[in-house]
Parts: sequence; C-alpha cells; structure tokens
Amino acid sequence: MSNKVIHAIYNDDDVLMDAVKQTRAAHHHIEEIYTPFPVHGLDKAMGLAPTRIAICAFIYGLVGLSIYTALMNFIMINDWPQDIGGKPSFSYIDNMPAFVPIMFEGTVFFAAHLMVITFYMRSKLWPFKKAENPDVRTTDDHFLMEVGVHGNEEELVSFFTNTGAVEVKVVEKH
Amino acid sequence: MYTFSSKLKTFSFVLMLLGAIGIGIGFMAAPKTIEDVEKILAADSHHGHEAAHVEKEVSHATEAHATEEHVVVDTMKVADTHVVDSTHAEAHMVVDSVAAHAEAHADNHDAHAKADAHSHDDHKAHLEHVLHQLQNKPWAALYVACIFFMLISVGVLAFYAIQYAAQAGWSPILFRVMEGITAYLLPGSIIFFVLLVAAGMHFNHLFVWMDPEVLDKASVKYDRLIDLKSGYLNVPFFLGRAAVFLIVWNLYRHFSRKNSLAQDAASDNSFYKKNFKMAAAFLVFFIVSESIMSWDWIMSVDPHWYSTLFGWYVFASFFVSGITVIAMITLYLKSKGYLEYVNTSHIHDLAKFMFGISIFWTYLWFSQFMLIWYSNIPEEVTYFVTRIEHYKLPFFGMLAMNFIFPLLILINTDFKRLTWIVVMAGIVILCGHYIDFFNMIMPATVGDQWFIGIPEIGALLFFLGLFIFVVFSALTKAPLVPKGNPLIEESKHFHY
Repeated sequence: MSNKVIHAIYNDDDVLMDAVKQTRAAHHHIEEIYTPFPVHGLDKAMGLAPTRIAICAFIYGLVGLSIYTALMNFIMINDWPQDIGGKPSFSYIDNMPAFVPIMFEGTVFFAAHLMVITFYMRSKLWPFKKAENPDVRTTDDHFLMEVGVHGNEEELVSFFTNTGAVEVKVVEKH
Repeated sequence: MYTFSSKLKTFSFVLMLLGAIGIGIGFMAAPKTIEDVEKILAADSHHGHEAAHVEKEVSHATEAHATEEHVVVDTMKVADTHVVDSTHAEAHMVVDSVAAHAEAHADNHDAHAKADAHSHDDHKAHLEHVLHQLQNKPWAALYVACIFFMLISVGVLAFYAIQYAAQAGWSPILFRVMEGITAYLLPGSIIFFVLLVAAGMHFNHLFVWMDPEVLDKASVKYDRLIDLKSGYLNVPFFLGRAAVFLIVWNLYRHFSRKNSLAQDAASDNSFYKKNFKMAAAFLVFFIVSESIMSWDWIMSVDPHWYSTLFGWYVFASFFVSGITVIAMITLYLKSKGYLEYVNTSHIHDLAKFMFGISIFWTYLWFSQFMLIWYSNIPEEVTYFVTRIEHYKLPFFGMLAMNFIFPLLILINTDFKRLTWIVVMAGIVILCGHYIDFFNMIMPATVGDQWFIGIPEIGALLFFLGLFIFVVFSALTKAPLVPKGNPLIEESKHFHY
C-alpha cells in the first residue's frame, strides 16, 4: 500500500495559520509542519499538547540541590570536620550560609543541563543526525504543511490549493 | 468610573477605629517609671520566663569564659555573650542595646566580674534600659506600620515610573490603579514626617543618636562613634533630607497624575512625553534618595551598624510589596467588574514580578547576611546576633514567607493566572515584608521586649484602614482606563 502525503507549501506565516485552522476544521490530520522560524501560536492552532520540559527542569533542580547538599554535608561535616578559620562545622545548618552559593549553582547547573539534554533526546537531535528536511526552502522563507492522504487525493489537493498554498505536491513517503 | 462601595468604606473606618484604639492602648500600657517596669518584670518571672532567661544568660557568660577554645570555635556563641554582658555593662549606653559591642568586647572581662556581683546599680541600669525599651514599644509599632504603608505607595510609584520610562506596552491599563495606590503617598508621608519630627523633639527614643547627651563629652552616655557621625546624623539635617525626599516624591506623583489625566483629553501625546521624561528624571532622583532614605529612616536606629547594600535591600522589600498590592487591588477591582480589559495575562505579568522581586529580595537578604556572618566582624555581626538571639522566629519566618512560599507557589505558570493563588501569595508576601520591616526597626528600639501584640496590630490596622480609604477614594476620581495613553490599545489586547 502506498503511503502518500501532501506537501502544501506557503510563503507567509499568516496564510499558514489560516490554513492550519481550516485543515483542522476539515478534520484532516496534520502530520508535521516545517517552518524557518517559530510561528507564534502555531502549536495552539495545531492543537499540540503543552510541553512538560519545565516540570522536568524543576525536578532536575531538586536533584541537583540534593546532590550538592549531600556532597557538602559528607565532605565538610561528616568526613573531616576541620576547623577552617573558625567556621562552625558541628552540623550542616551551623555552616549552611557558606554552602548556599554551591547549593544554588548546583541546582542551576543540574536544572539547565539536564533540561537541555532532555530536550535533545526528546526531539532526537544529536551530531551527525541526518536532517529530516522535506524541502530545503523551509529553512529559508517557505512553510510546509504535511498531511497524510486518506481517501480522495484530488479533493485534498484542491482543498489545500484553496487555503492559499503556493504549491501543493503529493509525495510518496517511505 | 469606580464607585467606592459603602461596605468597603465602613470596613476601612472600622479598621481605623480599631487601630486607633489599639494604638491608644499601646501608649496607655507603656510603663511610666522604673517601678512599673519592676512590676512588669516580676509578673513575667511568674511565668518563669525572665528568671530562667537571666540565669541562662549568666551561665552562658561563665561557660564562654571558662573555656577559651570554646570561644574560638563557636563564634556565634561568643557574640551572644557580648549581648548578655552589654546588658550589664551598659550604663553608658542605656538606650541602644544592640550597638557598641566593639567596645563591649574590650570591657568583657571586667563586665563579667561585675555580672557575678550583680550589684544594685547594675540592676537599676537594667531596669532603666527595659523602661526605655517598653516606652519605645508603641512608638516603634506606629513607626513600623507607618513606614511600611508609606513605602508600599513609594514602591508602586517607582514601579509606575519604570513602566513609563520603559514604555511598557502591557501595563498602561493598570496605570489608574497604580495612581490610586500612590495617592496614599501624600497622607502617608505627612504622618510619617510628623513621626520623624516627634522623634526629633524627643517624644520618644527611637533614634539613639537624637539624644543630646550622647554627644556631650561630659555625660556618661557620651558615645564617640555617634559623635563622629553627628555631621550627618543630626536632627535638622535629618529632617531636612526627609522633607526634600518626601516633597520631591509627592511632586512627581502629583504632576504625573495630572499629566496622565490631561492626556485623556489631549489631541497629541505631549502630556505623555512629559510624563515619560519626568519618570526618567524621577527614577534617577529616586534611586539616590531611596538609598539615603534607608540609611536615615531605618539604618540609623542602629547608629553603630552599617551595611552598604542596605538601600537595595530595603528597596527590594517595599518594591515587591508595592507590586503585590497592585496585583491584589487589580484583582479586587476586576472581581467587582470594573476592569473590563484586564485579563489573566496582566495578572500573570504582575505575578511574575512578585515572584522575581521576591527572589531578588532574598538574594539581597542573603548577600547581606552571609557576608556579615562569614567575616564575623564584631561591630557588624551584632546586628544579626541580636536578631537571631531574640527574633529567631520572625527573622527566619520571614524568609519562609518572602522566599520559600512564593518560590514554590508562583513558579507555576498556570498558578500565576489564578486569582486565589495570587491573592494568597500576596497576603503571605505582604505579611512577610511587614515582618521584614519589624525586624529592621524593633531590635534596636525595643530589643528583646518585642511582641506582636495590641500596639503593633493596632498600628497595622489603623494604617491599613487609612490606606484602603485613601486608595479607593482616589480610584473614584478618574476613569479606570487611561484612554489617552498612546500604548493603551496594545495594553488592552495584551496577551501572553
């Protein structure tokens, strides 16, 4: 069975937004949209679920905070509680103000880096990854909407031509 | 146009009345003589509190002296004993228990010897010391509440000027709310100035350096450190500075409001441009005057102590309170249906400011605390030693209220759009910053005699009532949408 998709290409983000709304209203499933820059409100128009990366970052921050707290507690309080310049090393809380800069930076470090790595993993980005670009113009000044072909192909093509597409192609996808 | 609901008006009058009664009770209950103090202390020791406290203090002192190593290791404790000893050694610096530990350190040994003997003179000096603290109590309560509410309106004024100078597109829809809040600046600053004059005329002992005897070389109260600062800290100069700052702030507020109203009917943007320039000039003046203001009105209750970032710290405290008040009054007016164009995005922005400036306040609080704690220089560290010793709960409690609570609640994007969350966080932040001001003023004026009782709550209620009355009266005087503002359309459609 052939696996055809329609590539509707637009050259204006406003037209694209309108087209997305019409496509959604007509209940055609949008597979993917390729744009050269972030189009404000596109995710809402497409009905994409909100990202949860901020929640991840918060948890990573807590992990960082715990790790650095435990680290300082072990080194400075438990393992070798030296008297360094009169700083009280009897318990963690006694000397806590001195550890706060480290705890803070540790939290930020973990939150930031693990969030970025999460982003790369979830969006499948890494060096030497093969670019998935259906049309080179989409990185420059064109917007491409990819919709799967189910049912009447000609009807679909004329539908997308009517949405203001400058070009509508039917492509065999592997 | 907003109409002041009669319910809210009655509520504000009730607050003022209750507050006035509370303030009155505070002044009546303050002891007049040493005999009164003796009775109060005796009544306290019935609860076993005072006696145990004194015993603990003495044993503390002995302990610290017995083992010199202990002194070296546990620096905080050493500082404790300074406080203790100073209560006895302190005949010459009756009013200010906090200060002069640098000298107290030198006196430590003989003071300790005296403490054992516990002579009658020491006892009497101690009573006089407590008398001054108790007499300060209603004044300090009034002072804290007065400066807190006045600075809230100053914080809102600064925020308003920043919004103008930055040509912010989201906030013009809130300008009338901000102008309403800053209307409190005039009555608030008049009352505050009267309080400063009262202090200058020796109706109270809020400011130790105002006592003429500390500058008198022949007096036992002579204080060389204060004498050296008397070129700056003297009553006429002090009141003159206060008058200049308050007048300029009020003038800016007056003309900015006038231009803002005039812009509604104008055919061009000339009034807006005037306001823009005025806001920029005001901000320059403000940041200088704010810093000096914080030294004068807050830091000078501890004239032996100084901190360089104190001005910023005070600023962050009342700035976040001001933003919180804007958010809460906006939500109130919105809930009554008066702010048609205010949407959750505006609230979201205000909540972000509340969140961000709360963190900023914490950053400054910690920077000030940690630098002084870390280096532990006696003349600086006494400031925090007294607070941790006698104000442990308010001192660390405010950290939970001003930092941890807003951090965990307002970090969530969805929460920042919910009315009840913002109001709840706002109440906690405002209470927290009241306690912040309480912590700044009280230790130097009433010392360990502090309590959040009738005088404190009374003063708070009185100024809250006055604040509500003035602000909501001002809101009725102009349409709530500044329609002449060139950025108003953007603000109406602001969406985040």
